[in-house]
Amino acid sequence: MEELLWLDRGIHIFFGVLWVGLLYYFNFVQVPAMAEAAADKDGPGPAAIAKYVAPRALLYFRHAALGTWVTGAWYMMAIYGHSAWTLGIGKESLATTYIGIGAWLGTIMLFNVWVLIWPNQKKILGIVPATDDEKAAAKRIAFLASRSNTAMSIPMLMFMMAAGHGLPFF
Amino acid sequence: MNPLDTIKGTLIAGFVLAAVLAYVAKCIAGM
Repeated sequence: MEELLWLDRGIHIFFGVLWVGLLYYFNFVQVPAMAEAAADKDGPGPAAIAKYVAPRALLYFRHAALGTWVTGAWYMMAIYGHSAWTLGIGKESLATTYIGIGAWLGTIMLFNVWVLIWPNQKKILGIVPATDDEKAAAKRIAFLASRSNTAMSIPMLMFMMAAGHGLPFF
Repeated sequence: MNPLDTIKGTLIAGFVLAAVLAYVAKCIAGM
């Protein structure tokens, strides 16, 4: 399978850009836009975004997250072996430690997508039934998980790059 | 106040986390 690693890496980068791109779309564009649309009493409201845009964006988002993790884990195991998961402790290999930290951040982010964001978004968007109180709680959990992923994406991307190119400020 | 409630706070939290983890990484790798 080693001859296919170039393809795996390419797919990993493609899915990674799709995932984090949509994460930034949600945080920088959609969430503020929906809040503004909900507050604008003379405007069309946020219903169209919730019905036509958000479900499609979430479909690509959560599957891109899964695809990024699977292709990344395969690539990392092929290049660095199991020691990357233990952060290269005892190996004195900066690249192994860097990629391991990046991989764990990505793994936490994947957990947030599938366990905290998507099940709660299903309640918010009415894909599964929920009371108003449950929707309010779901909104807060999904929002904080999404914002946590946005914050974690900064060190995650830094460490992914650092494995091959070094850290930017050391 | 939760820094994640604002975009600015989220980005600052991300860069602070990046700096802390960079230090941790250097310690782990013994550099």
